[in-house]
Amino acid sequence: MSDFSQTLLLTAKLAALTTLLLLLLGVPLAYWLAYSRFRGKAVVEALVSLPLVLPPTVIGFYLLLAFSADSRVGHFLVHTLGLELNFTFGGILIGSLVYSLPFMVQPVQAALHNLPRSLREAAYTLGKSRLTTLWRVLLPNIRPALLSASVLTFAHTVGEFGVVLMIGGNIPGQTRVASIAIYDAAESLDYARANHYALVLVGLAFTGLLLLAYFTKRPVGPRLP
Amino acid sequence: MIDLHLTKPLQTAQGATQLDVRLTIASGELVAIYGASGAGKTTLLRLLAGLSRPAGGYLRVGNDVWYDQQRGIWLPPQQRSIGFVFQEYALFPNMTVRQNLEFALPHASGKPLVDELLELMDLGELARQRPQQLSGGQQQRVALARALARQPRLLLLDEPLAALDVPTRLRLQQALAAAHQRFQLTTLLVSHDYAEITRLATRAVELEGGRVVQDGAPAAVLPGVAAPGFQLTGTVVAVQPSATGQTLTVAVGEGTVVVEADAATPYQVGDALVLTGNVQRG
Repeated sequence: MSDFSQTLLLTAKLAALTTLLLLLLGVPLAYWLAYSRFRGKAVVEALVSLPLVLPPTVIGFYLLLAFSADSRVGHFLVHTLGLELNFTFGGILIGSLVYSLPFMVQPVQAALHNLPRSLREAAYTLGKSRLTTLWRVLLPNIRPALLSASVLTFAHTVGEFGVVLMIGGNIPGQTRVASIAIYDAAESLDYARANHYALVLVGLAFTGLLLLAYFTKRPVGPRLP
Repeated sequence: MIDLHLTKPLQTAQGATQLDVRLTIASGELVAIYGASGAGKTTLLRLLAGLSRPAGGYLRVGNDVWYDQQRGIWLPPQQRSIGFVFQEYALFPNMTVRQNLEFALPHASGKPLVDELLELMDLGELARQRPQQLSGGQQQRVALARALARQPRLLLLDEPLAALDVPTRLRLQQALAAAHQRFQLTTLLVSHDYAEITRLATRAVELEGGRVVQDGAPAAVLPGVAAPGFQLTGTVVAVQPSATGQTLTVAVGEGTVVVEADAATPYQVGDALVLTGNVQRG
């Protein structure tokens, strides 16, 4: 496999895994944030939103410290769990999860919050548990938000640079994703190569947004005659 | 038999007060709750359904305890045998009419009941439609059918007909009366419409500032309903000019009567009327 396609595949794998894992982690978190009356909720909300305002290098820097065997967390990771995370795919995956978390949680939380309260209450009065209500009533009615959150999470992960560079470096097949490869190629004055990567990313981003618009603006169900 | 004493702080336009309601309701009664807005009608219904938690008191339904502050018992709505019809319908937009009803079934074996309810509520033709394609009256019939699909003992209706036009409202009142009979329900209905209460309810309870201030047969407690001669409450469904004034078609109960009125008061479709007169041998 050529270096070029290897890098693109790795980028797609990172973004897809990040999106999938964030759907599994982010939806329950968004549900909790949308409906909980817990007092410390504002603190959790601020933490979730932090990656939006922090420079990615700051996130990357602290993760780098946390993953290194010199820190307590890192000591536990390396010596107890046997997890070497710095300069590995696992490391940049965790970095991506942190970095893209608000892109999944915020739209889903807002959409859940905006659903009429009576939908949930109606399901409860029909004897349905919270989980059944979430799965059968709430999530199907926020499908556009789930879809756009997933597309944005995917795109945002493809576009991350600072976090990956700090904790992943530039190891082909391991941590060299497209955005890093562009930087690397441009640094070594290989503009044609940088251009190839960049064009693929522009094309992907444009197609993604186009598909998103198509799927979220279509009316649900059959049209009236 | 429902026996309750429920308290809950209440925020009203006049400031904070306390809902404090004691009621005993026999099985099969159809109780109308009326009163000014902020009197606690919806709050009472939500406490019965388990959608809000009372501050104190108890709630017993038959031999079951749904709430008892002293014993620390509070059943969530899922564990109460209730049907709740919301003013804003609260149908699930992602499901068809039939799927809305099927979702409410306690067991998958209840499919024949869904067909019966679709029939009873005259929804057969609409079974494959989505709620957002239906009119308000149709949506409310679906909401009523869905509440019944759970086969509840207690049916709670929060001003279910308030947003509907008069002919639709009359049809729904008939559907409600039919369902109450058919499924031997105990029903609590919040309503502002005295004609509706007189027509449907076996008992009327007025709340004011969170307390029961009137409780009895609708004819006895509702204002303007007097004894001698006859008195009918109805709603104008058609107005036509006539030689002596105007001819009104008035919906009364399940039928209509046609009456003459002078031209002094111009009536409109939807006006609530009280028809009074003398009874004599014809």
